[in-house]
Amino acid sequence: MRAWVGTRKGTFVIEKVGGAWRPRLAGHAGMGVNYVAPDPGTGTLWAALGHGHWGAKLSRSDDGGASWRDASQIKYPQDARHLVPPPPSEDPEAASGPVVIQPATLLKLWVLAFGPGRIYVGTIPGGLFTSDDDGGHFALNRPLWSHESRGGDLFEGEGSGTTHWFGTPAAADTGEFAPGIHSIAVDPKDPQRVLVAISTAGVLETTDGGASWRSRNRGMLNDYLPDPAAEWGHDPHFVTLSANHPEHVWQQNHSGVFYSDDGAASWRKVSDPDRGVHFGFPIAADADDGRTAWVVPGKSDAARMTIDGALFVARTSDGGQSWEPLREGLPQANAYDVVYRHALDHQRGCLAFGSTTGNLYVSEDRGDRWACAATNLPPIYSVRWG
Amino acid sequence: MARVELTRHLHTFFPQLEGMDLELDAATVADVVKALEERAPGIAFYLCDERGRLRRHVNVFVDEEMIADRTRLKDRVGPSSRVLIVQALSGG
Repeated sequence: MRAWVGTRKGTFVIEKVGGAWRPRLAGHAGMGVNYVAPDPGTGTLWAALGHGHWGAKLSRSDDGGASWRDASQIKYPQDARHLVPPPPSEDPEAASGPVVIQPATLLKLWVLAFGPGRIYVGTIPGGLFTSDDDGGHFALNRPLWSHESRGGDLFEGEGSGTTHWFGTPAAADTGEFAPGIHSIAVDPKDPQRVLVAISTAGVLETTDGGASWRSRNRGMLNDYLPDPAAEWGHDPHFVTLSANHPEHVWQQNHSGVFYSDDGAASWRKVSDPDRGVHFGFPIAADADDGRTAWVVPGKSDAARMTIDGALFVARTSDGGQSWEPLREGLPQANAYDVVYRHALDHQRGCLAFGSTTGNLYVSEDRGDRWACAATNLPPIYSVRWG
Repeated sequence: MARVELTRHLHTFFPQLEGMDLELDAATVADVVKALEERAPGIAFYLCDERGRLRRHVNVFVDEEMIADRTRLKDRVGPSSRVLIVQALSGG
């Protein structure tokens, strides 16, 4: 087993060497790597890069990470426009509308996903791009871009003038405040069904391969809008599903942990604040048991740090009715690791997660015991087995 | 022919340009980007976004003057101009 690790300063891989997990630099030295993962169908490695000066770039390796090259690049079509907050006016008396229409340009490649014969890329601002020719060409999914929740069709007309998609702090390093797609969950049993999650809007689902999309936010509760049960405006941090039981869907949200056992048709809040399980970024689901999931809890949205300086993972095996803190092998004092949304993964009983303080931990027994696989790495953005 | 010099940082991504004498036929900065793209496919999207605007953290100087038109890159380039393309320093 090995895991691919995207960091602020390059792509790393961790592998077991002589009975111990070891990290090594595997490309993109000095470059920001938001997400790196292999396409299980082809074996090609894909990396979403964020160059400070040169923009967001997609990189691929066809030789297991020995060499990398620029892939076909993702660009918004010339007629892609979206609603954004108006720029501040110099005139204090001037009234402004809530939004203006602006041409879209790529700010960030945030997440990659793979289905049979299809590569998915989630971007900021709020684009879903797909390729059906192994990355030869990527196209924007127009029905999602033109969804009524974000103002309707701006390709052919001026739309409704109202968007329910708000900005994410993950866009701030681009100098703008825009929404982004960070979760793409493809149903392995029915690849025409795909869930996407947007910070900050909520979850949408297609069951026709992307031709149409609908809201999947029933039962969601936020704790920052006038209407906690509003259809839109939710802040999923990460959404994933159980690969072999895809009707079981898990969501770590800004406002708690949510679970659905009916394919995201309805959600219920399964946080356990008394055990620290509420706020966090990543969530992983068991492929073979839809009722089992793992989170890495953090302290409140205001603090975004470990609880009492102790790092732990929490596991449920009963659909979130109860949570078990898993601490063996993890630092329990003076540890302030924050784990980002793409930096926890599970595969066949093995878990791995990495933190913004460059530490990486692995468990080979479903989280019961942990080993430190790396320290002093750059801030970690993503961890994916493959 | 304008003489174009690139920051060494770009040679990481386009090693074929390293050590190359970049004497380009160009009347504007937009022409310079177009001519560079012919020699190093993909470089235009490093310098500009998909709408052809110079990226926020990229600077272009023509004969020691920073260009004024970052949207359409219509600044004039003379037959013996020196064009310098660098990353903008953003602090640190």
